[in-house]
Amino acid sequence: MNFEFSEEQNLLREQAQGFLAEHCPMSKVRAVLDGEASYDRELWQKVAEMGWTATVIPEEYGGLGLSYLELVVIAEELGRVVAPIPFSSSVYLATEALILAGSIEQKERWLPKLAVGEVIGTFAMAEGHGRASAAGLATTADGGALTGTKVAVADGDIAQIAIVVAKADDGDGAALYLVELDQAGVALDPQRTLDFSRSHSRLTLSGAKAELLGSSGEGWALTQKLLDRAAVLFAWEQVGGAQASLEMAKEYAMGRYAFGRPIASYQAIKHKLANMYVNNTLARSNCYYGAWALNADAAELPLAAATARVSATQAYYFASKENIQTHGGMGYTWEFDCQFLYRRSKLLSVNIGSEGQWQDKLITAIEQSNAA
Amino acid sequence: MDFNDTAEEAAFREQARAWLQDNVPSADELEGLGEVEQAQLWQKRKYDAGWACIRWPKEYGGRDASAIEQVILNQEEAKYPALPGGVFGIGQGMAAPTLMAWAADEQKLRLLPKMASGEEIWCQLFSEPSAGSDLAALRTKAEKDGDEWVINGQKIWTSGAHYCDYGILVVRTDPNVAKHKGLSYFFVDMHSPGIEIKAIKQLSGDANFNEVYFTDVRIPDSQRLGAVGQGWQVAISTLMHERASIGGGGSGVDFKALLQLARTVTIDDKPAIEDSAVRAKLANWYCRRSGLKYTGYRSLSALSRGEMPGPENSIGKLVAAPMTQDMASFAMDLMEMSGAVWDEEFSPAAGLFQGTYMGIPGFRIAGGTDEIMANIIAERVLGLPQEPRVDKGIPFSEVPTGT
Ligand SMILES: Cc1cc2nc3c(=O)[nH]c(=O)nc-3n(C[C@H](O)[C@H](O)[C@H](O)COP(=O)(O)OP(=O)(O)OC[C@H]3O[C@@H](n4cnc5c(N)ncnc54)[C@H](O)[C@@H]3O)c2cc1C
Repeated sequence: MNFEFSEEQNLLREQAQGFLAEHCPMSKVRAVLDGEASYDRELWQKVAEMGWTATVIPEEYGGLGLSYLELVVIAEELGRVVAPIPFSSSVYLATEALILAGSIEQKERWLPKLAVGEVIGTFAMAEGHGRASAAGLATTADGGALTGTKVAVADGDIAQIAIVVAKADDGDGAALYLVELDQAGVALDPQRTLDFSRSHSRLTLSGAKAELLGSSGEGWALTQKLLDRAAVLFAWEQVGGAQASLEMAKEYAMGRYAFGRPIASYQAIKHKLANMYVNNTLARSNCYYGAWALNADAAELPLAAATARVSATQAYYFASKENIQTHGGMGYTWEFDCQFLYRRSKLLSVNIGSEGQWQDKLITAIEQSNAA
Repeated sequence: MDFNDTAEEAAFREQARAWLQDNVPSADELEGLGEVEQAQLWQKRKYDAGWACIRWPKEYGGRDASAIEQVILNQEEAKYPALPGGVFGIGQGMAAPTLMAWAADEQKLRLLPKMASGEEIWCQLFSEPSAGSDLAALRTKAEKDGDEWVINGQKIWTSGAHYCDYGILVVRTDPNVAKHKGLSYFFVDMHSPGIEIKAIKQLSGDANFNEVYFTDVRIPDSQRLGAVGQGWQVAISTLMHERASIGGGGSGVDFKALLQLARTVTIDDKPAIEDSAVRAKLANWYCRRSGLKYTGYRSLSALSRGEMPGPENSIGKLVAAPMTQDMASFAMDLMEMSGAVWDEEFSPAAGLFQGTYMGIPGFRIAGGTDEIMANIIAERVLGLPQEPRVDKGIPFSEVPTGT
């Protein structure tokens, strides 16, 4: 047993931190938040040049063939800087879906482009408010032509392909389809989001040409597997954001004086920060386990992923809201950076299903494996 | 990163598993013995076979095992939740590392093997009526007389003093210097003349802790650990180990027991485990428990490099104690009206939940309260400033006190 990152992985982390300090200071997040662009295109290109989008893609498909332990290091660092790029949609979801279920031809066609960031992918599941289910899917496939409406498709307006969950008449009632977004049967309408630095869209499919990914009738099981895998990566990104929130709160509390002393010397503030530390530490440790389970494709993945996801969601929410509180009035201004973390924490927490949904999955995983 | 055993680790696990299977004492063997005797029977058996205090050096009764091997043994032992134990924690977990760091070689050779075998049991004589969280405010006084020290004063909350053979003791050797500077650290034979022990009945109705009075108790100077006036530093090293060892240990209700209960009791004629509110709570506790477990594993890596357990270990008790309290309380809610009954025959898990509910308030206080643990994390881990203090820079004798 060994519970640490390797020396090379730690080196990668240092390199990533250096790179992001230079290319993704908070001013870049602010620029996207304030501006018209949906994402920081320049940063996306640089990240692709660094090979981050290619991390786990096998070498035969133009990737680096590295492990998920490298990818989680990058995920955490991107989370820390609240990077305004479609990394989670393209890398954790679309690329993963292809690796998981794509045919050789599909992989050959798309993975090399995803690897270099030339193609941005996304994932389309939700059709309305509330928890999605196979039975509730209204998007239908008729001989490879999809019809239906998906909402809150993250980064949809900048993506070239989407992995769409649609209704199937056989098996578990669902199928995954790959849809090229630049075609007549597809309409994308941006939806205003909670986090202006990450665009979301409504995706209307009217007989859009689509290719089946994996087999029809196992789409729901595949989706769950895909979400389990993505959950570990999301969780690392969330842990990065939670840690950034704690650091921001600490820095402010040390410098801000009230009643003649730093607010950081008041216990109400200290204990708030200690609680952030506790939550973040527990979440990070669960993420280690999740990273291992993802990398080893272990039978424990559903439980490990849900555990990492629930604790990271809670840690980021707590740290980002209490970071604002620690800043007092300043924390509530547009001017200060607290808002980025607060916005992103909620966005990431619902992007692949709520805390409640993952709590539910966690208990299901325990009951199924009796692994308590 | 690899959460699986290596080949050697798997072999060690198999060895541990097989030995435990053949040697865990049966209910018949334990029948009629008191808590302490049961614990001693099991400890001696482990010691004789080389399974006690395995990380200690061989000459002290251990087997020079690695931190990972200790985890493996703990994991295998945890499969037997009913194993007797609990009385050796203070000695093996706190006194032993302190002795290893500060005692003379012949003392270590004389004391540690008997501690490992469970033959001699140790207690911790730190807290006093006016010195708990603020331990350095203690007043029990030691005066030098030739090669000996004469101790007068009172300790309180001393767990197990009534069955212990030795104690680790912090006393004031100089009241006229600043409070942290006037302390010294000793170990003391609990059978020494002048020691008087009075049981204190706890809120739960049990009586595991005591008042310990010292009247002209004589301790040889050779039993001093660290220099005169260095007692605070030695005490801190003990407390660091306390935090590391308390954090990991279970204390009553665990997740499995609660899960089992949620499977058996019903809500609207369905197993409670199917209720979404129940699932959400259980999931949160599972996450915290799992987070603590893996945090423990990660800090092992530091320990296996020979580092001292640091202040970050305070997280263990700070998370586990309040969470266990909430789990016990929730378990009784799941029982609904019958939750009020605390009866070994009638209550689920032989009354574990009610018992934990009554025992856990002590766990939130013992070994540093929740509030002190949060302070430690804030100040020593995150580096936040201390609160302004009125007891700094003045002799102990001039520090203000309550009534
Ligand atoms: C079951 C049990 C077993 C024990 N066993 C032993 C033993 O074997 N040996 C031994 O030496 N001691 C033992 N103790 C004593 C234990 O270490 C003390 O009770 C503990 O340190 C708290 O001290 P106190 O009781 O004096 O409470 P106080 O220190 O008076 O605390 C009262 C309250 O004030 C809060 N408080 C105090 N200072 C601060 C601060 N700076 N900031 C915020 N809040 C603060 C505390 O958190 C607490 O809520 C045991 C206690 C218990 C309950």
